[in-house]
Amino acid sequence: MKHWKSFLAATCLAALGAGSALAQSSVVIGTPGVPRHFNGAIQSGIYTFLPSANIFASPLRYSDSWEPEPYLAESWEVSDDGLTVTLKLKDGVTFHDGEPLTSADVAFSIETIKENHPFKTMLEPVESVDTPDDLTAVINLAHPHPALLLAMSPTLMPIIPEHIYGPDNGPIRENPANLAPVGSGPFKMEEYKQGEFYKLVKNEDFFLEDKPKLDEIYVQIFPDVKSILLALERGDIDMVTFLSSPRDLSRLEENDDLVVESDLGQAIGPINWIAYNTKKEPLNKVEVRQAINYAIDRDFILNVLLQGKAPLASGPIDPGSPLANPDVEGYDLDLEKAAAMLDEAGYPVGDDGMRFTLTGDTTIADEEMGRNVLQYMKAQLKKIGVGLELRLAPDFPTWAKRISNYDFDITIDKVFNWGDPVIGVNRTYVSSNIRPGVIWSNTQQYENPKVDQLLADAATETDPAKRKALYDEFQTIVVDDSPIYFLNVIPYSTVYQKGLTGVPDGIWGAVAPMDDMAWEE
Amino acid sequence: MDTFQRLSSTFKRLLEAFLLVMAVVVLNFLLIQLAPGDPVEVIVGEMGGASEELMAQLRAQYGLDRPVIEQLGIYVGKVLTGDLGYSYYFNTPVLDLLLQRVPATVLLVMTALFLSVLVGTIAGAVSAKKPDGIGSHIVTIISLVGYSAPVFWIGMMLIILFASMWPIFPVAGMYSIRRPDGFAYYVDILHHLALPAITLATIYVAFYSRLARTSMIEVLGQDYIRTARAKGLSERKVVWKHGLKNGLIPIVTMVGLQFGQLFAGAVLVETVFNWPGLGRLAYESILRRDYPTLLGILLFSAVLVMIANALTDLAYRWIDPRIRKT
Repeated sequence: MKHWKSFLAATCLAALGAGSALAQSSVVIGTPGVPRHFNGAIQSGIYTFLPSANIFASPLRYSDSWEPEPYLAESWEVSDDGLTVTLKLKDGVTFHDGEPLTSADVAFSIETIKENHPFKTMLEPVESVDTPDDLTAVINLAHPHPALLLAMSPTLMPIIPEHIYGPDNGPIRENPANLAPVGSGPFKMEEYKQGEFYKLVKNEDFFLEDKPKLDEIYVQIFPDVKSILLALERGDIDMVTFLSSPRDLSRLEENDDLVVESDLGQAIGPINWIAYNTKKEPLNKVEVRQAINYAIDRDFILNVLLQGKAPLASGPIDPGSPLANPDVEGYDLDLEKAAAMLDEAGYPVGDDGMRFTLTGDTTIADEEMGRNVLQYMKAQLKKIGVGLELRLAPDFPTWAKRISNYDFDITIDKVFNWGDPVIGVNRTYVSSNIRPGVIWSNTQQYENPKVDQLLADAATETDPAKRKALYDEFQTIVVDDSPIYFLNVIPYSTVYQKGLTGVPDGIWGAVAPMDDMAWEE
Repeated sequence: MDTFQRLSSTFKRLLEAFLLVMAVVVLNFLLIQLAPGDPVEVIVGEMGGASEELMAQLRAQYGLDRPVIEQLGIYVGKVLTGDLGYSYYFNTPVLDLLLQRVPATVLLVMTALFLSVLVGTIAGAVSAKKPDGIGSHIVTIISLVGYSAPVFWIGMMLIILFASMWPIFPVAGMYSIRRPDGFAYYVDILHHLALPAITLATIYVAFYSRLARTSMIEVLGQDYIRTARAKGLSERKVVWKHGLKNGLIPIVTMVGLQFGQLFAGAVLVETVFNWPGLGRLAYESILRRDYPTLLGILLFSAVLVMIANALTDLAYRWIDPRIRKT
């Protein structure tokens, strides 16, 4: 019996020892999401973007500024009329299977993304891509498209090999290489166990010298965030991406072994807000929506409910973007003004002390930025004679069905900028995007011809200062019209063990190449 | 019973089993349709939004644009040819997905079953020897607590105690992500197996110990036990050989009947412990409205429960010669 015990202990120790010896060259990332597959050219979302941005390379990349840097493209040039963009590719780049990467692959990728990517507006103006030689790609546009430069990031424009994903190998959605991807990025896919983990290994032939620094990246999938936190605190995993709960972040910040990096991902621009159904009585009146805004103390939400962990989002564009306009109406708490506005709008207090009752939607899983905010709103709105009935959807599809079919008054919603406003902002406000059954379209059913015009003009304006002025005006109008009351930026953070360096902390946050990541010597 | 009769009764049983499985398929299919929202909405949710066209494309690709009855017909037709369909969410044939997950669940469920029958029977038999003794009362109390506590709560408590406060066991998964080689790999799996197996076994230990206790008290009061004692056999032989053999019969019955429940418990335990088995897959496929995967798992467990029941019948015959004759 004694022998058996000491034998077991010895093997356990041996197993642990083997683990820590390997730790120097590998990193384990914990995530709660299962990637449907790894082909970022036809699938969006953070769980696909993270591996896709590491397996595939893209024409350009961004660090923590909004200025593009060379990646697959050595240089790029936008013509004076803004109608052509010419890319000069690096020579000698190969895919993981050894085949050379040429301009034909770039053309194929751009066409595939335009055809299949969920973000339709991203490459909509692209008419064709010419390939005068193997290392030159010329993108021809129907009209100037300044959003294109951000769209050439690793997150949004993975260059995929035509000989693997081309039409010869069947429809791209059913291509088996979506699960066993072949790219030219810093890491290669070695193994994927569905719903459990995937393992990326170093691409020895990566086109940037001395990169990547790590030998292996494991991404382990957990069923919930709580067990990820526990695993991180125990040191079972090295890094967690896209953590956003203020409570969890506060807890991890107290841990001396961990680094919490929150100032990143401005291009992702994840904004949490209160959306109004602007076609439904009484919210079809702008004064009613504004009155509700005045009844809510946003500072209380930010500083107390969200513990000061989430930055203020005063409008539709992430405050970290150069296009954001912070000088918009702030709707500072004023209950008297709110009540007066409702009186004026024709909703006097009834015999029971109430004016009207609304429903407030969110999902049951969304506690801190959803349910708590609605509970607080309920108490506040009662003070001005407005009832709020909470409807907590048991899961995402239930909520999405209600909201996208306009079966709601007020809902908490989270919508991401995804780079340029043309990609992720316009969809919420342009009247042409009121589409029943489509979540994250213009589900507020907001219509303002002036806004439609401003956004259309800004989409093609090549002069940065003029473009900024157009977006400034758009933001002022939208905040005044108030189809949405903007609350906060979701504080997506990357948390990792001390000693890990080069963790991506740029404008694309964790969905960026991890080629600089390494353990301190 | 002549050969013909035996064959026809076997055939009847098979037919019954087949109809039952088909009923499970149809009922489950229709039940799933009641949940609001469809898989495409989940997919779009994780993509951060998509256009109408893409949503229509995806619905057409998965046949979700057809009437429910037609979808059901197509599904049943496929199942009859052994094709369980394609997972919307994991982008893989459902059968491959199931086969990937079966070993983990079998390992967990079987370990838990073995642990609970073994510990439960011994505890029950010991307490039956002196039904009013202190040991018996302790067993009763422990089993009452074990039986009434929710299994996920027990799991979380064990995690807090043995993975967080006193970290001697891993918190989740079936193996360390940086997998050790050779023998250490199996030790690593056992290390990971301990907490989930104990959690799943707890409620059943309680159950079997109470069952064994009652059954043994009854058996030990019977005439043949008195005879055995009168023959001068040792108490040990009387209880563990003569008594236990008959006392086991109700336990074997329950093992068979409870096999399905053990699976249900595995859904919770696998989710709490991130155990990569069928239970966690079931949980994930419900959340993601991944109908084909969920239906595949339900079908698979229905078949498994039926097989377990058939095995129970066989086990009876082996333990109790009287059943063999009828």
